[in-house]
Amino acid sequence: MTMPAPQPAALGLEIQVSDKRRAIAWRLQFMLVWLLILAGLIAFVLFTIKLNGKFLVTVIPFILGGAGMTILVSFFSIAMAIILASLGALGRLSRNPIANGVASFYVSLVRGTPLLLQILFIYLALPQAGIVLPELMCGIIALGFNYGAYMTEIFRAGIQAVPHGQTEAAESLGMNGRTTFMRIIAPQAFRIVTPAIGNDFIAMLKDSSLVSTIGVQELLWKAQAAGRPTYQSMQTLIVAALVYWVMTIVFSYVQGRLEKGMASADRGKGSVQ
Amino acid sequence: MQPNTLSGPSGSPALGVGDLVHTMHPAEVPGALVKPGAEPILRATAIQKFFGLNHVLKGCSMTVYPGETITILGRSGSGKSTFLRCLNFLEEPSAGVVEIHDRRVISNPLAPRSKAVKEDIRNLRLRAGMVFQEFNLFPHLSVIRNLIEAPVHVKHMPVAEATELAESYLEKVGLIEKRNEFPARLSGGQRQRVAIARALTMQPDVLLFDEPTSALDPSLVGEVLKVMESLAHEGRTMIVVTHEMSFAKEAADRVYFMDEGEFVEVGPPEQVLADPHDERTRKFLSRFLNI
Ligand SMILES: Nc1ncnc2c1ncn2[C@@H]1O[C@H](COP(=O)(O)OP(=O)(O)OP(=O)(O)O)[C@@H](O)[C@H]1O
Ligand SMILES: [Mg+2]
Repeated sequence: MTMPAPQPAALGLEIQVSDKRRAIAWRLQFMLVWLLILAGLIAFVLFTIKLNGKFLVTVIPFILGGAGMTILVSFFSIAMAIILASLGALGRLSRNPIANGVASFYVSLVRGTPLLLQILFIYLALPQAGIVLPELMCGIIALGFNYGAYMTEIFRAGIQAVPHGQTEAAESLGMNGRTTFMRIIAPQAFRIVTPAIGNDFIAMLKDSSLVSTIGVQELLWKAQAAGRPTYQSMQTLIVAALVYWVMTIVFSYVQGRLEKGMASADRGKGSVQ
Repeated sequence: MQPNTLSGPSGSPALGVGDLVHTMHPAEVPGALVKPGAEPILRATAIQKFFGLNHVLKGCSMTVYPGETITILGRSGSGKSTFLRCLNFLEEPSAGVVEIHDRRVISNPLAPRSKAVKEDIRNLRLRAGMVFQEFNLFPHLSVIRNLIEAPVHVKHMPVAEATELAESYLEKVGLIEKRNEFPARLSGGQRQRVAIARALTMQPDVLLFDEPTSALDPSLVGEVLKVMESLAHEGRTMIVVTHEMSFAKEAADRVYFMDEGEFVEVGPPEQVLADPHDERTRKFLSRFLNI
Protein backbone atom coordinates (compact mmCIF):
# COMPACT_ATOMS: atom_id res chain seq x y z
CA MET A 1 0.00 0.00 0.00
CA THR A 2 1.16 3.49 -0.74
CA MET A 3 -0.57 5.42 1.99
CA PRO A 4 1.21 8.46 3.30
CA ALA A 5 2.56 7.80 6.77
CA PRO A 6 0.52 10.26 8.90
CA GLN A 7 -2.80 9.13 7.38
CA PRO A 8 -3.53 6.15 9.71
CA ALA A 9 -2.88 8.19 12.81
CA ALA A 10 -5.21 10.91 11.60
CA LEU A 11 -7.88 8.33 10.81
CA GLY A 12 -7.52 6.83 14.28
CA LEU A 13 -7.99 10.24 15.84
CA GLU A 14 -11.02 10.95 13.70
CA ILE A 15 -12.68 7.68 14.72
CA GLN A 16 -11.88 8.37 18.35
CA VAL A 17 -13.46 11.83 18.24
CA SER A 18 -16.55 10.56 16.46
CA ASP A 19 -16.92 7.65 18.94
CA LYS A 20 -16.69 10.06 21.83
CA ARG A 21 -19.26 12.38 20.30
CA ARG A 22 -21.67 9.50 19.83
CA ALA A 23 -21.16 8.38 23.44
CA ILE A 24 -21.96 11.87 24.72
CA ALA A 25 -25.08 12.05 22.60
CA TRP A 26 -26.19 8.69 23.96
CA ARG A 27 -25.74 9.78 27.57
CA LEU A 28 -27.62 13.02 26.98
CA GLN A 29 -30.61 11.17 25.52
CA PHE A 30 -30.48 8.67 28.34
CA MET A 31 -30.56 11.37 31.01
CA LEU A 32 -33.29 13.22 29.16
CA VAL A 33 -35.50 10.13 29.32
CA TRP A 34 -35.00 9.96 33.07
CA LEU A 35 -35.76 13.64 33.50
CA LEU A 36 -38.91 13.46 31.38
CA ILE A 37 -40.35 10.47 33.21
CA LEU A 38 -39.48 12.03 36.54
CA ALA A 39 -41.06 15.34 35.55
CA GLY A 40 -44.18 13.51 34.41
CA LEU A 41 -44.42 11.68 37.69
CA ILE A 42 -43.96 14.86 39.70
CA ALA A 43 -46.59 16.62 37.62
CA PHE A 44 -48.98 13.71 38.15
CA VAL A 45 -48.41 13.82 41.89
CA LEU A 46 -48.84 17.58 42.08
CA PHE A 47 -52.09 17.46 40.12
CA THR A 48 -53.71 14.50 41.81
CA ILE A 49 -52.51 14.91 45.37
CA LYS A 50 -52.64 18.20 47.08
CA LEU A 51 -49.24 18.48 48.69
CA ASN A 52 -49.42 20.14 52.04
CA GLY A 53 -46.10 21.93 52.45
CA LYS A 54 -46.44 22.76 56.10
CA PHE A 55 -47.49 19.22 56.94
CA LEU A 56 -44.59 17.72 55.01
CA VAL A 57 -42.00 19.92 56.68
CA THR A 58 -43.09 18.75 60.13
CA VAL A 59 -43.46 15.13 59.13
CA ILE A 60 -40.32 14.52 57.03
CA PRO A 61 -37.84 14.47 59.95
CA PHE A 62 -40.11 11.98 61.71
CA ILE A 63 -40.21 9.67 58.68
CA LEU A 64 -36.48 10.00 58.07
CA GLY A 65 -35.96 8.77 61.61
CA GLY A 66 -37.30 5.40 60.41
CA ALA A 67 -34.59 5.08 57.76
CA GLY A 68 -32.02 4.41 60.48
CA MET A 69 -34.15 1.58 61.81
CA THR A 70 -34.59 0.18 58.28
CA ILE A 71 -30.82 0.08 57.78
CA LEU A 72 -30.30 -1.43 61.22
CA VAL A 73 -32.88 -4.16 60.64
CA SER A 74 -31.45 -4.91 57.19
CA PHE A 75 -27.91 -5.04 58.49
CA PHE A 76 -28.55 -7.46 61.33
CA SER A 77 -30.90 -9.59 59.22
CA ILE A 78 -28.32 -9.94 56.47
CA ALA A 79 -25.66 -10.81 59.04
CA MET A 80 -27.89 -13.52 60.44
CA ALA A 81 -28.76 -14.72 56.93
CA ILE A 82 -25.06 -15.02 56.04
CA ILE A 83 -24.42 -17.18 59.10
CA LEU A 84 -27.45 -19.38 58.44
CA ALA A 85 -26.62 -19.64 54.75
CA SER A 86 -23.04 -20.70 55.49
CA LEU A 87 -24.31 -23.48 57.71
CA GLY A 88 -27.10 -24.29 55.27
CA ALA A 89 -24.74 -24.55 52.32
CA LEU A 90 -22.38 -26.81 54.26
CA GLY A 91 -25.36 -28.96 55.15
CA ARG A 92 -26.61 -29.12 51.58
CA LEU A 93 -23.15 -30.20 50.41
CA SER A 94 -22.59 -32.58 53.28
CA ARG A 95 -22.48 -36.33 52.78
CA ASN A 96 -24.00 -36.67 56.23
CA PRO A 97 -27.69 -37.51 55.69
CA ILE A 98 -28.74 -35.74 58.89
CA ALA A 99 -27.00 -32.45 58.09
CA ASN A 100 -28.18 -32.60 54.49
CA GLY A 101 -31.72 -33.45 55.53
CA VAL A 102 -31.98 -30.63 58.04
CA ALA A 103 -30.58 -28.08 55.59
CA SER A 104 -32.75 -29.08 52.67
CA PHE A 105 -35.86 -29.13 54.88
CA TYR A 106 -35.06 -25.60 56.05
CA VAL A 107 -34.62 -24.34 52.50
CA SER A 108 -37.75 -26.05 51.25
CA LEU A 109 -39.98 -24.85 54.07
CA VAL A 110 -38.78 -21.25 54.03
CA ARG A 111 -38.86 -20.92 50.27
CA GLY A 112 -42.27 -22.53 50.14
CA THR A 113 -44.05 -20.03 52.40
CA PRO A 114 -44.58 -16.25 52.17
CA LEU A 115 -42.20 -13.96 54.01
CA LEU A 116 -45.05 -11.96 55.55
CA LEU A 117 -46.53 -15.15 56.95
CA GLN A 118 -43.16 -16.12 58.42
CA ILE A 119 -42.85 -12.74 60.12
CA LEU A 120 -46.32 -12.99 61.64
CA PHE A 121 -45.74 -16.57 62.62
CA ILE A 122 -42.53 -15.88 64.51
CA TYR A 123 -44.10 -12.85 66.16
CA LEU A 124 -47.14 -14.82 67.30
CA ALA A 125 -45.66 -18.28 67.80
CA LEU A 126 -42.63 -17.55 69.92
CA PRO A 127 -44.66 -16.12 72.84
CA GLN A 128 -46.76 -19.32 72.78
CA ALA A 129 -43.56 -21.24 73.40
CA GLY A 130 -42.83 -18.96 76.30
CA ILE A 131 -40.26 -16.88 74.47
CA VAL A 132 -41.20 -13.21 74.51
CA LEU A 133 -38.94 -11.08 72.39
CA PRO A 134 -39.23 -7.45 71.38
CA GLU A 135 -40.75 -6.88 67.92
CA LEU A 136 -37.40 -5.78 66.58
CA MET A 137 -35.79 -9.11 67.47
CA CYS A 138 -38.70 -11.04 65.97
CA GLY A 139 -38.42 -9.03 62.77
CA ILE A 140 -34.69 -9.60 62.46
CA ILE A 141 -35.03 -13.31 63.16
CA ALA A 142 -37.79 -13.72 60.57
CA LEU A 143 -35.96 -11.78 57.87
CA GLY A 144 -32.64 -13.45 58.61
CA PHE A 145 -34.27 -16.87 58.59
CA ASN A 146 -35.96 -16.17 55.28
CA TYR A 147 -33.00 -14.68 53.47
CA GLY A 148 -30.74 -17.38 54.94
CA ALA A 149 -32.67 -19.99 52.99
CA TYR A 150 -32.34 -18.18 49.67
CA MET A 151 -28.71 -17.44 50.34
CA THR A 152 -28.08 -21.09 51.19
CA GLU A 153 -28.64 -21.93 47.56
CA ILE A 154 -26.45 -19.04 46.43
CA PHE A 155 -23.63 -20.08 48.75
CA ARG A 156 -23.95 -23.67 47.67
CA ALA A 157 -23.64 -22.68 44.03
CA GLY A 158 -20.67 -20.46 44.94
CA ILE A 159 -18.86 -23.33 46.65
CA GLN A 160 -19.61 -25.64 43.75
CA ALA A 161 -18.28 -23.05 41.31
CA VAL A 162 -14.77 -23.43 42.74
CA PRO A 163 -13.06 -25.90 40.39
CA HIS A 164 -12.63 -29.42 41.73
CA GLY A 165 -8.92 -29.23 40.97
CA GLN A 166 -8.58 -26.83 43.91
CA THR A 167 -9.83 -29.49 46.32
CA GLU A 168 -7.57 -32.09 44.73
CA ALA A 169 -4.54 -29.82 44.98
CA ALA A 170 -5.28 -29.04 48.63
CA GLU A 171 -5.84 -32.69 49.51
CA SER A 172 -2.73 -33.80 47.69
CA LEU A 173 -0.83 -31.37 49.93
CA GLY A 174 -2.16 -33.22 52.95
CA MET A 175 -4.88 -30.78 53.96
CA ASN A 176 -7.85 -32.34 55.71
CA GLY A 177 -11.42 -31.50 54.77
CA ARG A 178 -11.70 -28.65 57.22
CA THR A 179 -8.45 -26.92 56.25
CA THR A 180 -9.23 -27.39 52.58
CA PHE A 181 -12.60 -25.73 53.01
CA MET A 182 -11.55 -22.90 55.29
CA ARG A 183 -8.33 -21.92 53.55
CA ILE A 184 -8.83 -22.84 49.91
CA ILE A 185 -12.50 -23.25 48.98
CA ALA A 186 -14.29 -20.73 51.21
CA PRO A 187 -12.14 -17.69 50.28
CA GLN A 188 -12.69 -18.37 46.58
CA ALA A 189 -16.40 -19.07 47.05
CA PHE A 190 -16.76 -15.87 49.07
CA ARG A 191 -15.41 -13.81 46.18
CA ILE A 192 -17.93 -15.49 43.91
CA VAL A 193 -20.93 -14.73 46.13
CA THR A 194 -20.12 -11.18 47.28
CA PRO A 195 -22.14 -9.55 44.46
CA ALA A 196 -25.11 -11.70 45.42
CA ILE A 197 -24.78 -10.69 49.09
CA GLY A 198 -24.80 -7.05 47.98
CA ASN A 199 -27.92 -7.59 45.88
CA ASP A 200 -29.63 -9.32 48.78
CA PHE A 201 -28.78 -6.48 51.11
CA ILE A 202 -30.45 -4.04 48.75
CA ALA A 203 -33.48 -6.30 48.44
CA MET A 204 -33.54 -6.56 52.22
CA LEU A 205 -33.72 -2.77 52.57
CA LYS A 206 -37.11 -2.98 50.91
CA ASP A 207 -38.37 -6.29 52.30
CA SER A 208 -37.62 -5.05 55.81
CA SER A 209 -40.71 -2.84 55.37
CA LEU A 210 -42.76 -5.97 56.06
CA VAL A 211 -41.80 -5.89 59.73
CA SER A 212 -43.84 -2.71 60.06
CA THR A 213 -46.78 -5.12 60.34
CA ILE A 214 -45.55 -6.30 63.72
CA GLY A 215 -44.87 -2.79 64.91
CA VAL A 216 -41.18 -2.30 64.23
CA GLN A 217 -40.87 1.42 63.82
CA GLU A 218 -38.94 1.53 60.58
CA LEU A 219 -39.39 3.71 57.54
CA LEU A 220 -42.74 2.43 56.30
CA TRP A 221 -44.22 2.22 59.79
CA LYS A 222 -43.29 5.84 60.44
CA ALA A 223 -44.69 6.96 57.09
CA GLN A 224 -47.99 5.28 57.83
CA ALA A 225 -48.07 6.53 61.39
CA ALA A 226 -47.43 10.09 60.25
CA GLY A 227 -50.10 10.07 57.57
CA ARG A 228 -52.91 8.08 59.15
CA PRO A 229 -54.27 10.57 61.77
CA THR A 230 -55.00 13.26 59.19
CA TYR A 231 -55.66 11.00 56.23
CA GLN A 232 -52.57 12.25 54.44
CA SER A 233 -50.92 8.83 53.94
CA MET A 234 -50.49 9.40 50.22
CA GLN A 235 -48.01 12.17 50.89
CA THR A 236 -46.07 10.35 53.58
CA LEU A 237 -45.89 7.19 51.47
CA ILE A 238 -44.40 9.19 48.65
CA VAL A 239 -41.78 10.51 51.04
CA ALA A 240 -41.01 6.95 52.18
CA ALA A 241 -40.80 5.71 48.59
CA LEU A 242 -38.29 8.45 47.79
CA VAL A 243 -36.18 7.56 50.81
CA TYR A 244 -36.16 3.84 49.88
CA TRP A 245 -35.23 4.72 46.36
CA VAL A 246 -32.38 7.00 47.36
CA MET A 247 -31.08 4.39 49.80
CA THR A 248 -30.98 1.68 47.14
CA ILE A 249 -29.21 4.01 44.73
CA VAL A 250 -26.62 4.90 47.36
CA PHE A 251 -26.03 1.29 48.40
CA SER A 252 -25.84 0.09 44.78
CA TYR A 253 -23.15 2.67 44.20
CA VAL A 254 -21.27 1.62 47.33
CA GLN A 255 -21.59 -2.02 46.28
CA GLY A 256 -20.18 -1.27 42.84
CA ARG A 257 -17.20 0.50 44.38
CA LEU A 258 -16.55 -2.32 46.84
CA GLU A 259 -16.64 -4.94 44.12
CA LYS A 260 -14.28 -2.96 41.95
CA GLY A 261 -11.94 -2.52 44.90
CA MET A 262 -12.01 -6.21 45.69
CA ALA A 263 -11.32 -7.22 42.11
CA SER A 264 -8.24 -5.03 41.89
CA ALA A 265 -6.96 -5.91 45.36
CA ASP A 266 -7.24 -9.55 44.35
CA ARG A 267 -5.25 -10.23 41.26
CA GLY A 268 -4.26 -6.83 40.02
CA LYS A 269 -1.50 -5.60 42.25
CA GLY A 270 0.35 -8.81 42.79
CA SER A 271 3.83 -7.37 43.04
CA VAL A 272 3.10 -5.01 45.91
CA GLN A 273 4.06 -6.09 49.39
CA MET B 1 -17.67 -60.19 40.97
CA GLN B 2 -14.45 -60.81 42.82
CA PRO B 3 -12.69 -57.51 43.16
CA ASN B 4 -9.67 -59.15 44.73
CA THR B 5 -8.83 -61.42 41.85
CA LEU B 6 -5.21 -61.04 40.87
CA SER B 7 -5.47 -61.79 37.19
CA GLY B 8 -6.94 -59.69 34.44
CA PRO B 9 -9.53 -61.05 32.05
CA SER B 10 -6.84 -61.97 29.55
CA GLY B 11 -5.49 -64.42 32.08
CA SER B 12 -2.15 -62.69 32.36
CA PRO B 13 -0.94 -62.43 35.94
CA ALA B 14 -1.65 -58.95 37.22
CA LEU B 15 1.10 -59.22 39.77
CA GLY B 16 4.58 -59.77 38.59
CA VAL B 17 5.48 -57.48 35.74
CA GLY B 18 6.53 -54.85 38.21
CA ASP B 19 8.52 -57.36 40.24
CA LEU B 20 10.27 -59.20 37.43
CA VAL B 21 12.31 -56.17 36.61
CA HIS B 22 13.83 -56.23 40.06
CA THR B 23 15.71 -59.48 39.66
CA MET B 24 18.64 -57.07 39.76
CA HIS B 25 18.63 -54.47 42.53
CA PRO B 26 18.19 -51.03 40.96
CA ALA B 27 21.37 -49.86 42.67
CA GLU B 28 23.36 -52.29 40.54
CA VAL B 29 22.33 -50.65 37.29
CA PRO B 30 25.26 -48.59 36.00
CA GLY B 31 24.75 -44.88 36.68
CA ALA B 32 21.79 -45.48 38.99
CA LEU B 33 21.15 -42.98 41.76
CA VAL B 34 19.71 -45.70 43.98
CA LYS B 35 21.93 -46.52 46.94
CA PRO B 36 23.07 -50.14 47.33
CA GLY B 37 20.83 -52.13 49.62
CA ALA B 38 18.14 -49.43 49.62
CA GLU B 39 14.62 -50.40 50.57
CA PRO B 40 11.75 -49.47 48.26
CA ILE B 41 10.22 -46.06 49.01
CA LEU B 42 6.94 -46.81 47.24
CA ARG B 43 5.19 -50.04 46.60
CA ALA B 44 1.82 -50.37 44.95
CA THR B 45 0.43 -53.85 44.95
CA ALA B 46 -2.32 -55.19 42.71
CA ILE B 47 -4.13 -51.90 42.30
CA GLN B 48 -7.54 -52.31 40.71
CA LYS B 49 -10.04 -49.65 39.85
CA PHE B 50 -13.62 -49.84 38.70
CA PHE B 51 -15.52 -46.83 37.45
CA GLY B 52 -18.99 -48.24 37.73
CA LEU B 53 -18.61 -51.57 35.96
CA ASN B 54 -15.77 -50.26 33.82
CA HIS B 55 -12.66 -52.17 34.89
CA VAL B 56 -10.07 -49.46 34.36
CA LEU B 57 -7.13 -50.87 36.33
CA LYS B 58 -6.79 -54.62 36.33
CA GLY B 59 -4.20 -55.16 39.00
CA CYS B 60 -1.20 -52.89 38.59
CA SER B 61 1.89 -53.21 40.72
CA MET B 62 4.94 -50.99 40.95
CA THR B 63 7.98 -50.86 43.19
CA VAL B 64 10.05 -47.72 43.32
CA TYR B 65 13.39 -47.21 45.05
CA PRO B 66 14.60 -43.90 46.44
CA GLY B 67 16.19 -41.79 43.72
CA GLU B 68 14.48 -43.53 40.84
CA THR B 69 12.58 -41.76 38.11
CA ILE B 70 9.76 -43.80 36.65
CA THR B 71 7.94 -42.87 33.48
CA ILE B 72 4.53 -44.30 32.66
CA LEU B 73 3.64 -44.39 28.98
CA GLY B 74 0.53 -45.61 27.26
CA ARG B 75 -2.36 -44.74 25.00
CA SER B 76 -4.94 -42.18 26.00
CA GLY B 77 -7.53 -43.83 28.20
CA SER B 78 -5.31 -46.74 29.16
CA GLY B 79 -5.51 -45.79 32.86
CA LYS B 80 -2.24 -43.95 33.53
CA SER B 81 -3.81 -41.01 35.36
CA THR B 82 -6.10 -43.29 37.30
CA PHE B 83 -3.14 -45.36 38.49
CA LEU B 84 -1.19 -42.27 39.52
CA ARG B 85 -4.20 -40.84 41.37
CA CYS B 86 -4.70 -44.15 43.15
CA LEU B 87 -1.19 -43.82 44.58
CA ASN B 88 -2.28 -40.90 46.78
CA PHE B 89 -5.92 -41.95 47.02
CA LEU B 90 -7.26 -38.97 45.10
CA GLU B 91 -8.96 -41.89 43.44
CA GLU B 92 -9.79 -44.66 45.86
CA PRO B 93 -8.54 -47.98 44.46
CA SER B 94 -11.21 -50.65 44.31
CA ALA B 95 -8.60 -53.08 45.61
CA GLY B 96 -4.93 -53.04 46.37
CA VAL B 97 -2.31 -51.73 48.75
CA VAL B 98 -0.23 -48.57 48.57
CA GLU B 99 2.88 -48.17 50.69
CA ILE B 100 4.98 -45.05 50.70
CA HIS B 101 7.92 -44.84 53.06
CA ASP B 102 6.48 -45.81 56.45
CA ARG B 103 2.82 -45.55 55.51
CA ARG B 104 0.66 -48.34 54.22
CA VAL B 105 -2.97 -48.02 53.18
CA ILE B 106 -5.10 -50.95 52.13
CA SER B 107 -8.04 -49.81 50.07
CA ASN B 108 -11.47 -50.81 51.26
CA PRO B 109 -14.14 -49.06 49.24
CA LEU B 110 -16.90 -51.17 50.79
CA ALA B 111 -16.61 -49.56 54.23
CA PRO B 112 -17.07 -45.85 54.91
CA ARG B 113 -13.76 -44.16 55.70
CA SER B 114 -13.15 -44.06 59.41
CA LYS B 115 -11.25 -41.21 61.08
CA ALA B 116 -8.19 -43.44 61.36
CA VAL B 117 -8.26 -44.37 57.67
CA LYS B 118 -8.70 -40.72 56.69
CA GLU B 119 -5.66 -39.87 58.77
CA ASP B 120 -3.69 -42.71 57.14
CA ILE B 121 -4.60 -41.42 53.70
CA ARG B 122 -3.65 -37.88 54.67
CA ASN B 123 -0.28 -39.09 55.89
CA LEU B 124 0.20 -41.03 52.68
CA ARG B 125 -0.44 -37.83 50.75
CA LEU B 126 2.12 -35.97 52.81
CA ARG B 127 4.69 -38.40 51.46
CA ALA B 128 3.62 -37.99 47.83
CA GLY B 129 3.64 -34.55 46.24
CA MET B 130 1.50 -34.18 43.15
CA VAL B 131 1.84 -31.96 40.09
CA PHE B 132 -1.27 -31.71 37.94
CA GLN B 133 -1.74 -31.16 34.24
CA GLU B 134 -3.86 -28.06 34.99
CA PHE B 135 -1.43 -26.69 37.66
CA ASN B 136 -4.25 -26.10 40.17
CA LEU B 137 -2.49 -23.20 41.86
CA PHE B 138 -4.59 -21.36 44.43
CA PRO B 139 -5.69 -18.22 42.55
CA HIS B 140 -6.47 -16.20 45.67
CA LEU B 141 -2.95 -16.55 47.06
CA SER B 142 0.31 -15.06 45.89
CA VAL B 143 3.06 -17.40 44.71
CA ILE B 144 4.86 -17.45 48.04
CA ARG B 145 1.59 -18.00 49.94
CA ASN B 146 0.73 -20.84 47.57
CA LEU B 147 3.97 -22.47 48.63
CA ILE B 148 3.78 -21.95 52.38
CA GLU B 149 0.04 -22.58 52.81
CA ALA B 150 0.36 -26.31 53.41
CA PRO B 151 3.64 -26.33 55.37
CA VAL B 152 2.20 -23.73 57.76
CA HIS B 153 -1.35 -25.04 58.07
CA VAL B 154 -0.73 -28.76 57.71
CA LYS B 155 2.74 -29.29 59.13
CA HIS B 156 2.45 -26.31 61.49
CA MET B 157 5.86 -25.06 60.42
CA PRO B 158 6.69 -21.53 61.58
CA VAL B 159 5.98 -19.01 58.81
CA ALA B 160 9.58 -17.76 58.70
CA GLU B 161 10.96 -21.25 58.29
CA ALA B 162 8.37 -22.18 55.65
CA THR B 163 9.07 -18.96 53.76
CA GLU B 164 12.77 -19.63 53.73
CA LEU B 165 12.20 -23.16 52.46
CA ALA B 166 9.71 -21.95 49.85
CA GLU B 167 12.14 -19.33 48.62
CA SER B 168 14.87 -21.90 48.17
CA TYR B 169 12.57 -23.96 45.94
CA LEU B 170 11.40 -20.90 44.03
CA GLU B 171 15.05 -20.22 43.40
CA LYS B 172 15.48 -23.76 42.13
CA VAL B 173 12.66 -23.44 39.60
CA GLY B 174 13.98 -20.00 38.64
CA LEU B 175 11.02 -17.93 39.78
CA ILE B 176 12.19 -16.15 42.90
CA GLU B 177 11.45 -12.78 41.30
CA LYS B 178 7.76 -13.83 40.99
CA ARG B 179 7.58 -14.37 44.73
CA ASN B 180 4.70 -11.92 45.31
CA GLU B 181 2.94 -12.30 41.98
CA PHE B 182 -0.51 -13.83 41.71
CA PRO B 183 -0.93 -17.00 39.61
CA ALA B 184 -3.20 -15.23 37.10
CA ARG B 185 -0.26 -13.05 36.09
CA LEU B 186 2.10 -15.92 35.28
CA SER B 187 2.57 -17.81 32.03
CA GLY B 188 1.56 -21.48 31.87
CA GLY B 189 5.16 -22.62 32.13
CA GLN B 190 5.75 -20.39 35.14
CA ARG B 191 2.58 -21.64 36.80
CA GLN B 192 3.65 -25.23 36.40
CA ARG B 193 7.10 -24.44 37.82
CA VAL B 194 5.40 -22.80 40.82
CA ALA B 195 3.25 -25.91 41.19
CA ILE B 196 6.40 -28.03 41.23
CA ALA B 197 7.95 -25.75 43.86
CA ARG B 198 4.75 -25.98 45.88
CA ALA B 199 4.92 -29.77 45.88
CA LEU B 200 8.63 -29.66 46.80
CA THR B 201 8.04 -27.30 49.73
CA MET B 202 6.16 -30.09 51.48
CA GLN B 203 9.35 -32.18 51.19
CA PRO B 204 7.62 -35.34 50.01
CA ASP B 205 9.36 -38.68 49.53
CA VAL B 206 7.93 -39.12 46.04
CA LEU B 207 6.79 -36.66 43.39
CA LEU B 208 3.89 -37.65 41.15
CA PHE B 209 3.46 -35.85 37.82
CA ASP B 210 0.34 -36.29 35.68
CA GLU B 211 1.15 -35.02 32.19
CA PRO B 212 2.67 -31.84 33.58
CA THR B 213 3.36 -30.35 30.14
CA SER B 214 0.21 -31.35 28.27
CA ALA B 215 -1.70 -28.13 29.01
CA LEU B 216 1.22 -25.96 27.93
CA ASP B 217 1.92 -24.03 24.80
CA PRO B 218 4.65 -26.02 22.98
CA SER B 219 7.09 -23.14 23.42
CA LEU B 220 6.75 -23.40 27.22
CA VAL B 221 7.20 -27.16 27.54
CA GLY B 222 10.98 -26.93 27.59
CA GLU B 223 11.32 -24.81 30.73
CA VAL B 224 9.18 -27.25 32.72
CA LEU B 225 10.96 -30.34 31.40
CA LYS B 226 14.28 -28.75 32.26
CA VAL B 227 13.22 -28.34 35.90
CA MET B 228 11.94 -31.91 35.99
CA GLU B 229 15.13 -33.28 34.48
CA SER B 230 17.25 -31.45 37.01
CA LEU B 231 15.10 -32.89 39.79
CA ALA B 232 15.55 -36.37 38.37
CA HIS B 233 19.28 -35.92 38.13
CA GLU B 234 19.65 -34.70 41.69
CA GLY B 235 18.19 -37.96 42.86
CA ARG B 236 14.57 -37.21 43.61
CA THR B 237 12.10 -40.04 43.43
CA MET B 238 9.58 -39.29 40.72
CA ILE B 239 6.76 -41.04 38.91
CA VAL B 240 5.90 -39.23 35.72
CA VAL B 241 2.99 -39.85 33.37
CA THR B 242 3.94 -38.14 30.14
CA HIS B 243 3.83 -38.21 26.39
CA GLU B 244 7.25 -36.55 26.22
CA MET B 245 9.46 -39.30 24.85
CA SER B 246 12.53 -37.12 25.24
CA PHE B 247 11.96 -36.96 29.00
CA ALA B 248 11.52 -40.72 29.22
CA LYS B 249 14.72 -41.20 27.25
CA GLU B 250 16.82 -38.64 29.13
CA ALA B 251 15.64 -38.89 32.71
CA ALA B 252 13.82 -42.15 33.39
CA ASP B 253 15.44 -45.09 35.11
CA ARG B 254 12.56 -47.30 34.16
CA VAL B 255 9.64 -47.03 31.79
CA TYR B 256 6.31 -48.68 32.50
CA PHE B 257 4.10 -49.18 29.50
CA MET B 258 0.38 -49.39 30.27
CA ASP B 259 -2.29 -50.81 28.04
CA GLU B 260 -5.96 -51.28 28.93
CA GLY B 261 -5.33 -51.05 32.64
CA GLU B 262 -2.28 -53.30 32.83
CA PHE B 263 1.45 -52.75 32.78
CA VAL B 264 2.41 -54.86 29.79
CA GLU B 265 6.08 -53.94 29.65
CA VAL B 266 8.60 -52.60 32.12
CA GLY B 267 12.25 -51.88 31.62
CA PRO B 268 14.99 -49.32 31.20
CA PRO B 269 14.15 -46.71 28.54
CA GLU B 270 16.93 -47.92 26.22
CA GLN B 271 15.17 -51.26 25.98
CA VAL B 272 11.47 -50.34 26.14
CA LEU B 273 11.75 -47.43 23.75
CA ALA B 274 14.27 -48.89 21.33
CA ASP B 275 13.51 -52.59 21.44
CA PRO B 276 10.05 -53.22 22.93
CA HIS B 277 9.21 -56.87 23.52
CA ASP B 278 5.49 -56.40 23.61
CA GLU B 279 3.43 -56.01 20.47
CA ARG B 280 1.24 -53.30 22.02
CA THR B 281 4.25 -51.24 23.11
CA ARG B 282 5.69 -51.52 19.62
CA LYS B 283 2.45 -50.34 18.06
CA PHE B 284 2.23 -47.36 20.43
CA LEU B 285 5.83 -46.30 19.88
CA SER B 286 5.62 -46.59 16.11
CA ARG B 287 3.26 -43.63 16.08
CA PHE B 288 5.87 -41.49 17.77
CA LEU B 289 8.55 -42.52 15.32
CA ASN B 290 6.34 -41.46 12.45
CA ILE B 291 6.03 -37.89 13.70
N1 LIG C 1 -13.91 -40.11 37.19
C1 LIG C 1 -14.13 -41.06 36.25
N2 LIG C 1 -15.34 -41.61 36.11
C2 LIG C 1 -15.57 -42.56 35.18
N3 LIG C 1 -14.65 -43.03 34.33
C3 LIG C 1 -13.41 -42.51 34.41
C4 LIG C 1 -13.08 -41.49 35.37
N4 LIG C 1 -11.78 -41.16 35.22
C5 LIG C 1 -11.32 -41.93 34.21
N5 LIG C 1 -12.28 -42.75 33.72
C6 LIG C 1 -12.12 -43.74 32.65
O1 LIG C 1 -11.02 -44.54 32.98
C7 LIG C 1 -10.25 -44.84 31.83
C8 LIG C 1 -8.81 -44.46 32.09
O2 LIG C 1 -8.71 -43.05 32.21
P1 LIG C 1 -7.34 -42.31 32.55
O3 LIG C 1 -7.68 -40.89 32.72
O4 LIG C 1 -6.69 -43.00 33.68
O5 LIG C 1 -6.52 -42.55 31.22
P2 LIG C 1 -5.10 -41.95 30.82
O6 LIG C 1 -4.26 -43.11 30.47
O7 LIG C 1 -4.62 -41.03 31.88
O8 LIG C 1 -5.45 -41.15 29.51
P3 LIG C 1 -4.85 -39.76 28.98
O9 LIG C 1 -3.55 -40.06 28.32
O10 LIG C 1 -5.88 -39.31 27.99
O11 LIG C 1 -4.75 -38.84 30.14
C9 LIG C 1 -10.89 -44.10 30.67
O12 LIG C 1 -11.64 -45.01 29.95
C10 LIG C 1 -11.77 -43.09 31.33
O13 LIG C 1 -12.92 -42.89 30.55
MG1 LIG D 1 -4.35 -38.88 31.99
